[in-house]
Amino acid sequence: MKSLLRKTALATLIGLSAPAMASLAYVSNEKDNTLSVIDTETMEVIDTIDVGARPRGILLSKDFTKLYICASDDDTVQVLDLATRKIIDTLPSGEDPEQFALHPNNKHLYIANEDDAIVTVVDVDTKIVLAQIDVGIEPEGMAVSPDGKWAVNTSETTSMLHWINTETFEIEKNIVVGQRPRHVEFSDDSKIAWASAEIGGTVHIIDVDKLEQIHEISFKVPGVNQDRVQPVGIELTSDGEYAFVALGPSNHVAVVDAQSYEVLDYLLVGSRVWQLDLNKDETQLYTTNGVSGDVSVIDIEDMKVIKSIKVGRYPWGVVIDPNS
Amino acid sequence: MFQAVFRTVSVIAVLVCTLLLAIPTAAADTVDVRIGYLQWIPDPGPVLSNVLPEPEDAGLRGAELATADNSTTGKFLGHNYALVSRMADSQQATIDAFEALQEQGIELFVVNAPADTLLALMDKADADTLVFNAGVADDSLRTSECHNNLLHSAPSYAMLTDALNQWLQMRRWNEVFLITGPTEADVAWANAFRRSAKRFGVDIVEDKPWTFDADLRRTASKELPLFTQARAYDAVVVADVRGDFGEYVPFNTWLPRPVVGTQGMSPVAWHRVVESWGAAQLQSRFQELAGRDMNSADYAAWAAVRSVGTAVTQIGQADASSVRQLILSDRFQLAGFKGRKLTYRQWNGQLRQPIPLVHPRGLVATAPFEGFIHPRTEMDTLGFDEPESTCRING
Repeated sequence: MKSLLRKTALATLIGLSAPAMASLAYVSNEKDNTLSVIDTETMEVIDTIDVGARPRGILLSKDFTKLYICASDDDTVQVLDLATRKIIDTLPSGEDPEQFALHPNNKHLYIANEDDAIVTVVDVDTKIVLAQIDVGIEPEGMAVSPDGKWAVNTSETTSMLHWINTETFEIEKNIVVGQRPRHVEFSDDSKIAWASAEIGGTVHIIDVDKLEQIHEISFKVPGVNQDRVQPVGIELTSDGEYAFVALGPSNHVAVVDAQSYEVLDYLLVGSRVWQLDLNKDETQLYTTNGVSGDVSVIDIEDMKVIKSIKVGRYPWGVVIDPNS
Repeated sequence: MFQAVFRTVSVIAVLVCTLLLAIPTAAADTVDVRIGYLQWIPDPGPVLSNVLPEPEDAGLRGAELATADNSTTGKFLGHNYALVSRMADSQQATIDAFEALQEQGIELFVVNAPADTLLALMDKADADTLVFNAGVADDSLRTSECHNNLLHSAPSYAMLTDALNQWLQMRRWNEVFLITGPTEADVAWANAFRRSAKRFGVDIVEDKPWTFDADLRRTASKELPLFTQARAYDAVVVADVRGDFGEYVPFNTWLPRPVVGTQGMSPVAWHRVVESWGAAQLQSRFQELAGRDMNSADYAAWAAVRSVGTAVTQIGQADASSVRQLILSDRFQLAGFKGRKLTYRQWNGQLRQPIPLVHPRGLVATAPFEGFIHPRTEMDTLGFDEPESTCRING
C-alpha cells in the first residue's frame, strides 16, 4: 500500500513539476555574522558573505534583486544587492530587529524589535519610519497577508498575535495563543493564518475573516519527549496541500495536510530545526538546523531528507531566490 | 485520487493528536493583580572570598522585571499588575510586613527569606493566600514540611545536586572528593549531594569537613594541596553555599582535577551565561532594568511573578485560589527561557526546571541529560519524585 502510494505520488508530482532550474539559497548564520550562499542544484555552499552582527531574519525584495537582513546586534536592517553580493544600504530598524515582513507593495517593511516591544514600519525607498506600534514583550514573528490587509506580529512572552491594520498602523485585535508564539504564515488566498507556539507545542489556525482560532494542531513525534516538540518555522505549499512545521529540538519537520490539519509524517532533520523555505517549483524544502550548523534538504516528492549541507554556526533563516 | 489514498493511509498510519484545550479569549473586564514581594537576607557573616559581593537586591529586581513583563501583556487585556515590595531586616519584620499586606487584601506573595522565616510566615497565612518560595533550597520543604498554599519557584538543593551528579556520571567522573563547609546550608547542600551521588552511582572517595580558618587569599596554594591529598579522584566537590573558602579550591588541589559544586562549575537556577532559547532577550531586559546581571535569586522571583501573570492571562481572574488551581493543573505552562515548558509538581508545588551547569564565564551543559529517563518528564529526574516525598498539596 505504501509503495503504491509512493508511486502514485511520484507520478503525480513528476507530471506537474517543471524542469529544475538552478537557484540560490541564502542562509543567515547567527553566530558567524555571515550568509551562506547555496547552489540548490549542486547543493553546495558556493559563497560566504560577511554581514552585520547576529544576522537572523532574512527576506527577498518582491523583485528578487535585494536581500534584507536583520542584523540584530547592530540594530539595523542591511540591504544586500544580490547581483554584486555587497551590502549597499542600511535601513533604520529600531533596536534588535529579529524578524520582518515586506508588504506586497514592496515598500513597507514591518520589523519586530525584540528588545523594545515595538513593531517598526519603514518605507524601504525613502527610509522613513512610518510608524512604531507598541506590541507585547519580545515581538518575534512578522507576517503580512498576501492581500496586504494585515500585518501580524507574535509576541513571545506575551503569547499573543497582534493584528495590525496596514492602512492605519493600529492594532485591531489581539489573540492569545500558546506559550511563546514564534512564526506566522498566511495561505496564498489570505484566508487562513498559521501560527506556531514554541513552548505550547502547538500550531494555531486562525480564520482571517473572523479573526478567530478555528483549529489547534499538536504534535507527537515517536520516541521524542513531548517537551522537546517545539514548533517554530512554518512553510505552506502554494497549492494548499501541505504545511511543513519545523519542530525545533525534536529535530523533526512535521508534514501536515493543510486542509484537514492532520499530521501526515515526521521527517528527521538536523538538531534544533528553526526555519524553512521551499524552492520555486516546490520540489525541495530547505531547513536551517541551529545546533548542528547545517541545512537539511527535503525532497517533497518522496518526503525524504536527501542531503545535509554544512553552513556557518547557528544557521537561523533561509530563503531561496526563485529568480537566480 | 492521490489525495484520497494519502488521506486514508495517513489516518491509519499516523498518530494525530488534536488538543481540545481551548485557550479562552481575553476577558474584557478589568482585573487588578497585586503581588506582595518580601525579602529578608540575613548577613552571612564574614567570608574569606569577599572580592565580588553579591547584589543586595537579588530577587527583588527579578520580581520587578516580571511585573513589567506581566504589565505589557496585561495592557492588551485590561489586566493591571502591581508589585508591593517590602525589604525586611529581621524575621519578625518579614512576618509583620506579610500580615500587613494580607490585611490590605493581597493574596499572592513571593518570598525570598530563610527557611525558618518562611515556615513561620506560612503559619500566619490566610486560607486564600498563595505564597511562592523564591529563596529557600532546603529539601525538607519539598519532602515533608509542605503547605497546601506554598509553591517553590527556586530549585531545591536536590535538584541542583542531581543535575551535577547526572553530569559527573555522564562524564564517567565517578570518584569524587567532597569538601563540606561549616554552615547549616553547607551541610544541607552536602547531604543533598550524598543522596544524589548514591542515586546516580557516583562514589565519594573522600568526605572531609572544612575546618581551616586561615586567610586563603594568602595561603590557599599552601593549605589546599595538603588538604586534598588522596590516592585518586576524578573531581573535587565543594559545598560552600555562602562563598567562604570555595573560590580558592580550583587550581589548588593535590591532583590536577576540576572543581565542581558551589564553586568551580556550579549547578544553578540561572546565570548570565545562559543565552539559548530566547534567554539572551531576558538577560538584556534585566540588564537594562537593574544595571547588573541576572542571578538565580532574580530568576526564581521572576519565575514566580510570571507564573501568576501567565495564569491570570489564561483565566482572566486574579484570586489566589483560581491562580493556584490553574497552576497545579495540566493546563498550565510557563515559558521560562530554559528550552522547555515549565510546570509545577502537583505533589509538592516545586517548579520543574532544567538546571544549567556553569562556570563564571561560560555554560558547560544543561541537565537533565539524554539517557536519564523518566516516565512523566525527564525534568523529574531532578529533585524529589512523587514517591520520595510525603507532600500531597493537591489532594
